[in-house]
Amino acid sequence: MLELKGVCYSAEDENREAEILKDINVTIEDRFIAVTGPNGSGKSTLARIIAGIIKPTAGQILLDGVDITDLSITERANMGISFAFQQPVRFKGITVRELLSIAAGKDASMAEICNMLSEVGLCARDYVNREVNASLSGGELKRIEIAMIMARGTKVSIFDEPEAGIDLWSFQNLIHVFEKMHGEIHGSILIISHQERILNIADRIILLADGQIKKVGSKEEVIPELLGAGAHCKTLTDKL
Amino acid sequence: MDAIQQNLLEQVAGLHEIPAGAYNIRANGQMAARNTTANIDITTKEDRSGIDIRIKPGTRNESVHIPVVLSQSGLKESVYNDFFVGENADVTIIAGCGIHNSGGSASEHSGIHRFFVEKNAKVRYVEKHYGSGDGSGERLMNPTTEIHLAEGASLEMDTVQIKGIDSTKRITTAQVAEGASLVIREKIMTHGRQYAETDFSVDMNGDDSSVNLISRSVAKEHSRQLFKSRIVGNGKCQGHSECDAIIMDEASVSAVPELTANNIDANLIHEAAIGKIAGEQLMKLMTLGLTEKEAEEQIVNGFLK
Repeated sequence: MLELKGVCYSAEDENREAEILKDINVTIEDRFIAVTGPNGSGKSTLARIIAGIIKPTAGQILLDGVDITDLSITERANMGISFAFQQPVRFKGITVRELLSIAAGKDASMAEICNMLSEVGLCARDYVNREVNASLSGGELKRIEIAMIMARGTKVSIFDEPEAGIDLWSFQNLIHVFEKMHGEIHGSILIISHQERILNIADRIILLADGQIKKVGSKEEVIPELLGAGAHCKTLTDKL
Repeated sequence: MDAIQQNLLEQVAGLHEIPAGAYNIRANGQMAARNTTANIDITTKEDRSGIDIRIKPGTRNESVHIPVVLSQSGLKESVYNDFFVGENADVTIIAGCGIHNSGGSASEHSGIHRFFVEKNAKVRYVEKHYGSGDGSGERLMNPTTEIHLAEGASLEMDTVQIKGIDSTKRITTAQVAEGASLVIREKIMTHGRQYAETDFSVDMNGDDSSVNLISRSVAKEHSRQLFKSRIVGNGKCQGHSECDAIIMDEASVSAVPELTANNIDANLIHEAAIGKIAGEQLMKLMTLGLTEKEAEEQIVNGFLK
């Protein structure tokens, strides 16, 4: 169970304090939670705060009742938090096999690598010895990123816009991947997404707007709200 | 040979025992062992220190090991080794130098290697440099490599210097004839107050010749590195050089590329990138459970692999 209590985050922006997250209070104990909201609403910041990449300016984060607010990224990772980046990182010289082995915490065998990669629609034979460098496409990197999180199989798995940079065919498969994870995982999956198809498989949706939680509820409760979110000026509303 | 020398030999040439094929092992300025084969002859130079290695035309799948080890503090030597590779030969040459200095005076080895590669011959040349010993005496190495590739010949050189060399100036020059190709891959890691300088100079003199220079380096602590490359295209040729460096701590790295095209069909490219380890890379590995230090090691090891 992950709890956020009074979490705030502000950052300096052109010499003025910008409040990116304001007093976030939420408890995450469901299996599958989607976080959605307009661009700039603070979704990615929230994910980075949970993973420990940035520290909140106020508030507390608790994992199974333990305060992890001051713990490092590594400590949180070892306590059971995984984080799939929106923009996967490239590494010159590190192979897919090595990266997946680091994720799995052991020297993964060819059979294990095959198992991990086939989950995300990649054939291990073609990828296992490839370097995780610029020779891989954005979509391929994204799938490897997701495979790493699955290989870890931790209590909390966070995905920051997994659909970004993925083609339509891969997107269909991605939905299957998450449906499968939903059925198998023993922890919580938290997905930041704009995609209705991902929101549809969530047990609960958190709607963020302007750094605040606007609504938490089932898809029936939140999706209508979502369509009305963000007040536009007349010129834009007329065109929509 | 003593244990220190055995260890150096293992580090620079991967040799646990006497190698197969032709070899010449030099220890503390003296020949320690030599073997020749029906196709590969090794003779001691008469006018100066060094050896001539003659490989008969058409020799295939044979190898030559010529490691050098120095364990006597304060020894300074210059060694001239010439390789004559006959037409259509296809061979692997493994050189390397290990210095163990536990004394107070500088030990220095300057190896001057010249390669005369005849028509359509293929050479794979592997060179490793390694230093050990905790003496205050410096370990200096200045390898010079001079390459002459005849028509259709090719040479692939892998050069590695990962540890323990205080100062190095590595000069490589090459003359590449029509249809010949040269590939050089260099890997360097410096730390402490070490200094490493690389100076490549390649002239492509014939049509369809090519050169590819790839340097990857990591500079840690207060070490300094200078990478110079000069590629001249005198015909319809392809030249590419790439210098990719990770800089850490208080280190300093300079890259000075120079490209000259003297022919309208010369196609020359240089890429240089110097930067610290990307924060995103560290963070990604930390989210997989590695500490910052472990993440750094993974990134550096992968980069230099």
